[in-house]
Amino acid sequence: MAGGIYEKYKSDGSLAGNVLEWVDARFPATSMWKGHLSEYYAPKNFNFWYFFGSLALLVLVIQIVTGIFLVMHYKPDAALNAAGVPVAFASVEYIMRDVPGGWIIRYMHSTGASAFFIVVYLHMFRGLIYGSYRKPRELTWLFGVGIFLVLMGEAFFGYLLPWGQMSYWGAQVIVNLFGAIPVIGNDLSIIIRGDFIVGDATLNRFFSFHVIAFPLVLIGLVAAHILALHETGSNNPDGIDIKEKKDEHGIPLDGIPFHPYYTVKDIVGVVVFLMVFSAVMFFAPEGGGYFLETPNFYPADPLKTPPHIAPVWYFTPYYSILRAMVWNFFGLDAKFWGVVAMGASVVVFAFLPWLDRSPVRSIRYRGPITKAMVTLFVICFFILGYLGTLSPSPMGELVSQICMVFYFAFFLGMPWWSRMDKFKPVPERVTMK
Amino acid sequence: MKKFLIALLFAPVMAFAAGAALHLDKWPGSVSDKAALQNGAKLFVNYCLSCHSASYMRYKNLMDLGLTEAQVKDNLMFAGEKIGDLMTVAARYDEQKKWFGATPPDLTIVARARGDAGAPKAGADWLYTYLRTFYRDDARPTGWNNVAFAAVGMPHVLWELQGTQVMNHETHKLELAVPGKMSPAEYDKAVSDLVGFMVWMGEPQQEYRQTLGIFVLLFLAVLFVVAYALKKEYWKDIH
Ligand code: HEC
Ligand code: HEM
Repeated sequence: MAGGIYEKYKSDGSLAGNVLEWVDARFPATSMWKGHLSEYYAPKNFNFWYFFGSLALLVLVIQIVTGIFLVMHYKPDAALNAAGVPVAFASVEYIMRDVPGGWIIRYMHSTGASAFFIVVYLHMFRGLIYGSYRKPRELTWLFGVGIFLVLMGEAFFGYLLPWGQMSYWGAQVIVNLFGAIPVIGNDLSIIIRGDFIVGDATLNRFFSFHVIAFPLVLIGLVAAHILALHETGSNNPDGIDIKEKKDEHGIPLDGIPFHPYYTVKDIVGVVVFLMVFSAVMFFAPEGGGYFLETPNFYPADPLKTPPHIAPVWYFTPYYSILRAMVWNFFGLDAKFWGVVAMGASVVVFAFLPWLDRSPVRSIRYRGPITKAMVTLFVICFFILGYLGTLSPSPMGELVSQICMVFYFAFFLGMPWWSRMDKFKPVPERVTMK
Repeated sequence: MKKFLIALLFAPVMAFAAGAALHLDKWPGSVSDKAALQNGAKLFVNYCLSCHSASYMRYKNLMDLGLTEAQVKDNLMFAGEKIGDLMTVAARYDEQKKWFGATPPDLTIVARARGDAGAPKAGADWLYTYLRTFYRDDARPTGWNNVAFAAVGMPHVLWELQGTQVMNHETHKLELAVPGKMSPAEYDKAVSDLVGFMVWMGEPQQEYRQTLGIFVLLFLAVLFVVAYALKKEYWKDIH
């Protein structure tokens, strides 16, 4: 188990053995290898949903490596070049054309951004259905929510960099939202932009956040996320604790060493993921206009507002919630409450470990109420996401208000509905289905 | 609840209604047709590059259309330009704004910018329609208007080839008032070639990208078989 004490490596007299012994006396190489891989015992019944953690790690690596190459050629400069095109926008096109292999790197990065959210949403959904956030994994979950918030910031900053029409106006709309906060709002949005409108100063600071500040925090949070997980051990689709049944050596009866069992299994997941990823990247890099939005093929023009400004698909559920708030409460503008609701809709995930009062973790042993609530929640999430891609309309507004109310009812009502359900007895040992 | 269900039912319908607008003619060409692309490049350089830049392209990129350096230099470049130069225009973009009331935008990726979500060839269809639907309109400063782009700032630069169309305000259809140097069929073919060139120029590596994609997927398929066998082997004792 992680945190255990392992014997230091003893050399067999060979050169490699001597080197390893020397290193191990000075660095916890053996203990890290064993604690996190070869003697880290994971439940043997992981299913499909358990691929997405390692896939998120893979996408993180893809984004960082492709990002390093993009930064070598990208120029965060909003000034117009001799042809009248912003330098930043043109530099992206040069990456696509003049840099050898540049288009592969760029499409990997742009497809990777959407893939990251798909993978993380599925990863979070797993947590939701198997109660993975429940005691003792609250910190793993909280680090996860932190990752999610930082990831959203990372994607938002990155989206400005190509300096297309949608980059520009999307950033303009979102930063203006901060202006709705009473008293400090105006100054806050000026601080974020570094100017009175989105401009070169904004582009430069977003570049800095995107390439260094946020990735650093992200990596730190991912490390903390995995350390916390390895301290408690993983949950599993049955939601039962494998550490309760151990053999004479203290090894969980239903546990298998992460390496080699889950390394070889995750490789299969990685290959399947890469096939889907490549299919998009090589045959539909625009993702049907959702991964690379069509208006973003026009360079940013501060004088020409696009007829319809929509955020990228992974933000649209929250954008719908923002637009659904049309009521002025307590003398404060509806726009302000929209921002509050949007923020709350993301942050509310952090409270799940304390909102869920069901006696069992996994949905497998919970009854119809849970199943109905989770299904409706997912449907609402999709509807909100879909409506967020459309121009505002009265009917869309009504539907998103209904979905928003259910969205919050799902979380805030959880202490009650999660207890009311019918529960099935949980098994003693994990099941392999 | 009833209201909710009705709303759910109607949301997609409304989305549809909002999108219904101009009818686009299908672009009949293909980016695989090298001869057509070469012809399109020639039309583009002769008729468009005076106002519009294609500033993410270099002249040497045109060699990818199956042309030699000499052919590019002799047929597609103006005097004094080097093969590695970007395809920019001499006219200053701020001056053009004064002449036309709008700056002629860079056209390198216009085929992608005019594309619509979900319809990969929509950009080509739009261009094919746009370049064939200019008509006389004396109310416009340039004397020209356009069906696909109302109140456009661009004059009909291909009028010599197509001739002059007028709008029949009763049928809402265009009619050829004065024939041009080309028959309507010849003109459609020329525009198709020109659009093909713009589609190609939007992403010159698009065909190579798909070819490479097939090899990558084949490689991954083989890797999948190996990885799956490995997993099966390791897991055979886990029950
Ligand atoms: C006399 C200068 C001039 C020439 C030559 C010219 N254009 Fe234009 N073009 C313009 C102007 C000006 C606009 C901007 C129209 C507006 O915004 O109202 C424009 C706009 C366009 C647009 C619309 C771009 C968009 O997405 O908004 C396309 C496409 C286009 N031109 C294609 C062409 C092609 C193809 C040729 C060559 C056959 C060509 N143009 C030749 C001046 C010109
Ligand atoms: C960069 C993004 C992330 C990475 C790289 C990552 C990585 C991982 C990995 C490798 C695991 C173990 C494998 C697995 O259980 O699938 C894991 C587990 C877990 N993650 Fe994440 N994660 C990320 C984001 C998140 C987010 C956003 C949340 C929730 C808000 C979250 C919640 C959890 C939970 C609760 C577990 C334990 C699951 C269980 O034991 O059933 N993670 N994560």
